Amino acid sequence: MIIAIHFVVAMAAPAFFSRMGRQAFYILAAVPAGSFFWLLAQHGAIYSPTSPNPSEVLPWVPGLQLELAFRMDALGWVMSLLVLGVGALVLAYCGRYFKKDDVDLGGFGAQLLAFAGVMFGLVTADNLVLLFIFWELTTILSYLLIGFARTRISARRSALQALIVTTAGGLAMLVGLIMVGQSAGTYSISAIMEAAPALLAAPATAGIVNGGIALILIGAVTKSALIPFHFWLPGAMAAPTPVSAYLHAAAMVKAGIYLVARLAPGFAEAPAWAPLITILGLGTMLVGGWRALRQYDLKLILAYGTVSQLGFLTVVVGLGNREAALAGLAMLVAHGLFKATLFLVVGIIDHQTGTRDIRNLSGVFASAPALGVVALIGAASMAGLPPLAGFVAKESIFEAFWENAAHGPDPVAGFVVLALMVLGSMLTFAYSARFLWGGFAKKVKGMATGFKRVPPAFLAAPAILTVLTVAYGLFPSVVDGWIAPYAALFPAKGPDAHLALWHGFTPALGLSAATIAVGVLLFAGRSAVGRFQTKLPPVVDAEKSYRQVVNVLDIIAIWVTGRTQRGSLFFYLSVILSTAIVAALLALIFGGQRWPETVYFVDPGAPVQVIAAIAIVLGALAAARANKRFLAVLMVSVTGYGIALIFALQGAPDLALTQMLVETIILVAFVLAMRSLPAELRERTAGSHRLVRMVIAAAFGTTMIFVALAAMGARVAAPVSLQFPELAYEGGGGLNIVNVTLVDIRAWDTFGEISVLAIAATGVASLIFVRGRGDRLPRASTVETGSVGRVAEGDAGTGRKAATAELARRFTDVARDAWLVAGRTLAPERRSIIFEVVTRLMFHSMIIISIYLLLAGHNSTGGGFAGGLVAGLALTIRYLAGGRFELAEATRVSAGSLLGVGLGVASLTGMFPLLLGGQVFQSAIIHLDLPVFGDIKFVTSTIFDIGVYMVVVGLVIDVLRSLGAEIDQHEEDSANGQAPTVEESPLGVGR
Amino acid sequence: MSANLTLLIVMGVLYAVGIYLLLERSLTRVLLGLMLLANATNILLLATGGYAGLAPIFSKDIPAGEYNDPLPQAFILTSIVISFAVTSFMLGLIYRSWLLARRDDIQDDAEDRKVAAQGSFDAEEDADIDLDTTEFDEPAKNDNKTGKGRGTR
Repeated sequence: MIIAIHFVVAMAAPAFFSRMGRQAFYILAAVPAGSFFWLLAQHGAIYSPTSPNPSEVLPWVPGLQLELAFRMDALGWVMSLLVLGVGALVLAYCGRYFKKDDVDLGGFGAQLLAFAGVMFGLVTADNLVLLFIFWELTTILSYLLIGFARTRISARRSALQALIVTTAGGLAMLVGLIMVGQSAGTYSISAIMEAAPALLAAPATAGIVNGGIALILIGAVTKSALIPFHFWLPGAMAAPTPVSAYLHAAAMVKAGIYLVARLAPGFAEAPAWAPLITILGLGTMLVGGWRALRQYDLKLILAYGTVSQLGFLTVVVGLGNREAALAGLAMLVAHGLFKATLFLVVGIIDHQTGTRDIRNLSGVFASAPALGVVALIGAASMAGLPPLAGFVAKESIFEAFWENAAHGPDPVAGFVVLALMVLGSMLTFAYSARFLWGGFAKKVKGMATGFKRVPPAFLAAPAILTVLTVAYGLFPSVVDGWIAPYAALFPAKGPDAHLALWHGFTPALGLSAATIAVGVLLFAGRSAVGRFQTKLPPVVDAEKSYRQVVNVLDIIAIWVTGRTQRGSLFFYLSVILSTAIVAALLALIFGGQRWPETVYFVDPGAPVQVIAAIAIVLGALAAARANKRFLAVLMVSVTGYGIALIFALQGAPDLALTQMLVETIILVAFVLAMRSLPAELRERTAGSHRLVRMVIAAAFGTTMIFVALAAMGARVAAPVSLQFPELAYEGGGGLNIVNVTLVDIRAWDTFGEISVLAIAATGVASLIFVRGRGDRLPRASTVETGSVGRVAEGDAGTGRKAATAELARRFTDVARDAWLVAGRTLAPERRSIIFEVVTRLMFHSMIIISIYLLLAGHNSTGGGFAGGLVAGLALTIRYLAGGRFELAEATRVSAGSLLGVGLGVASLTGMFPLLLGGQVFQSAIIHLDLPVFGDIKFVTSTIFDIGVYMVVVGLVIDVLRSLGAEIDQHEEDSANGQAPTVEESPLGVGR
Repeated sequence: MSANLTLLIVMGVLYAVGIYLLLERSLTRVLLGLMLLANATNILLLATGGYAGLAPIFSKDIPAGEYNDPLPQAFILTSIVISFAVTSFMLGLIYRSWLLARRDDIQDDAEDRKVAAQGSFDAEEDADIDLDTTEFDEPAKNDNKTGKGRGTR
């Protein structure tokens, strides 16, 4: 398809530009030009009365009824010709408009060409969603093209303004399209148009379709710059002039008109249609024309003129009868031709003189007569002078509306509309004259603006358009033939109207004459008009209102952000927790849930729990009140140990064991990490905050009790875990149900968990070591005896303390077999020989216990977690007794590799069954008959547990090495007057 | 089913104290609060298991209902170890914060404060600019200093 070619060439465009400079525009122009002639050649196929319109459908997202559906009918064909033809000419024009050394031309050319393709897609799309996609693409490309002059604030601002306004309209349109599409049951435009009368008649869909149409029209109104959104179009004049000529006169703004024209045959009868179209259209026509008379910038005269004409077109196309449809399309083509011409002329003037201000321009006609003639013809067509395209179109419009007013249902409204239209046309004549006079006349005697000669290639594009304008005016029947099929979509009333230069002495001719006469008067009395305009109080300035709206939005955004994003964690948490409390309470109050049948305080199976409970509560309250750091930590530990007791009493030995071990290691970790922090917990929050905290805390606790009660009360089915014992034994081959659950039944959970452990371990290591994981493994043999943690001489204190140190030194000087490998590295006063001996005795037994727990865990209490923690505890003791070199000696494998291997083992265990055709984490039971051990039942999930074990050990080692050994190092460094190594790059992120 | 109120009250107290500490500025207290919340959640899970029962070590003679529910136990076991990992990580954070800034409390976010205090005037959007009447003057004339960098889309 053509669109694809456009996009491909557009993508390749920057390459052309880098090689050929601005000449590449001619290559780009060839693409739409080729399409244009191809389309002309297709005339026969499209207008054949027998065959249906050519169409092409490629499915895209069938579930959303989204397909790449294209259909070429008379309306689409005429629009395509306009879009492609003007596109080709404008691209060719660009080849002379830009300077050779302008930057970013590649992107610009690509965008402009892509725009031609998108526009072509828009007018041929036969799917509402596809139409919307092209619609938004034009918006985005328009944004990029307006903002071409990136260094100018006006260009950036206008681009953004146009984007915001048209996108807002586009969103409304999307909603409208969906409303229409859903009620029609199809998104195919042709199918919807066929069903339109039925949709509007059926009471079930009428309201929705009506609303949808209104929303779609809002989209069209914003795109076509009708009031109250017209202000973006003059703003968009910050774009390079070729862009203005193409997007903001001939093509993109016509998209709104196209949409109106596309929908009019089916939906012109919708109740929302006529008032919206007529009032906004006429209003726009008058406002645009009026304001055009005030402008001094040639481009702005044209821009407001365009606004005016767009309003005019909307009214005509939207009227919804056969004559108006014909006239409207005729005007659409005529407008495209003359407005593009005039913009290109302005571009040439700006290019050659360096200004567009009519107060600075004088005598241009004398310097460039050819340009003047082109402009004259264009402006005359705009003003509606015979024998040009504008005249032909305007005549038929007046005729259509005269007929409509005279024979229509509401003659008064009809004549009011006609009268306003004529008034608008008078203004049009006046500003056309102002444009010509301003741009070309010799206003001050003797003064002539410097004007370079216009190269013919530069003038070619507007000249071709001018020729077309004249040809159209002289032979209107050709265009008539093109658009008649579209007009025939409307029901016929009487004889068909046709475009013609000479209709005879009709009321329309009279109106044209009146237009010209008053227009001449308006122009002749321009200084009076100007005075009158300045005296008139300024009407609402739409752009100012837009900026006020945006400003108010800004203020609201800042206010809301300031109120909600206060940067206070306390505030955020309070809001979140309060919400959690209120939501849960509301659900509890209004949910109508069941409460548990019985509640009891003392479990008959475990009455001692109550004592543990009291201890926990006391511990928790004390933790809240404690203002010494370690006291608070200890109190939290009390609750932890208490919970371990509850676990044990409840029938959960695994939990009790794990909880005890974890609690112990955490206690050690706390002490290690916080030894350098001050003992006091200062900086309590303010009193009012404390009250809020208490209230939230109490409310949350209470709510949770009731939530728990409700949850348990809601439980009616038998727990799924009743099958677990059977599953564990038969499937998992183990007696310890909890352990089998972890490593087999719910192995995925556990796998996720050990991944978290590995991440946390790495996190701790990198927080403390900062650079790298700290996997270096120092040997104790490299360290001088008694050097670690030695207090500098003289610092040892006096009296008893000194005596103790002295004794310790003498004791350690004795050469004897060390109890611990690295015990000797510690400073004598830091050593405890009893601790060393106990460690020496216990370490290996603990490791054996840990391995026993690991392997036996499948059948009795234990498992990878508990085993790993015991091993970790053993290492902890060695570290505490022998210092950091002892730890390094004890763990000759780095924590990182332990974590990695552990994870690897676990995941391989999970994957391996796949190779044998099983499922992930399926386990197998292997019976072995070993000579010494006898019959051994080995379950493969034990290997998974070994992975868990390794990860846990790795985590504990990381904690010890980071919070223990590395902080030791920091402390020693700072005690010895050296800066800790991390301080060299406090925020170092390198690993 | 029936509910053990003792466990639930313990849970409620732990949650309350946990939240109370969580809302504190001191990082250490926040961490302790988190640990209490984890403990409270463990108790909640345990309570859903119903009455105390036998340790879930399988024996053919014991009907499934006699054991204490193994599923919550598996969850709690996971939870205990994960909170150990989280606690260690938080300890690392606290130490690091102390090392770098010599504080262990939570600061308000200065950037958020700055956002709240800013005005609504934005030069890019709100400054008054002259109308251009040509594209061919020196481009620097209308260039706006504040727009640098922002103009590069």
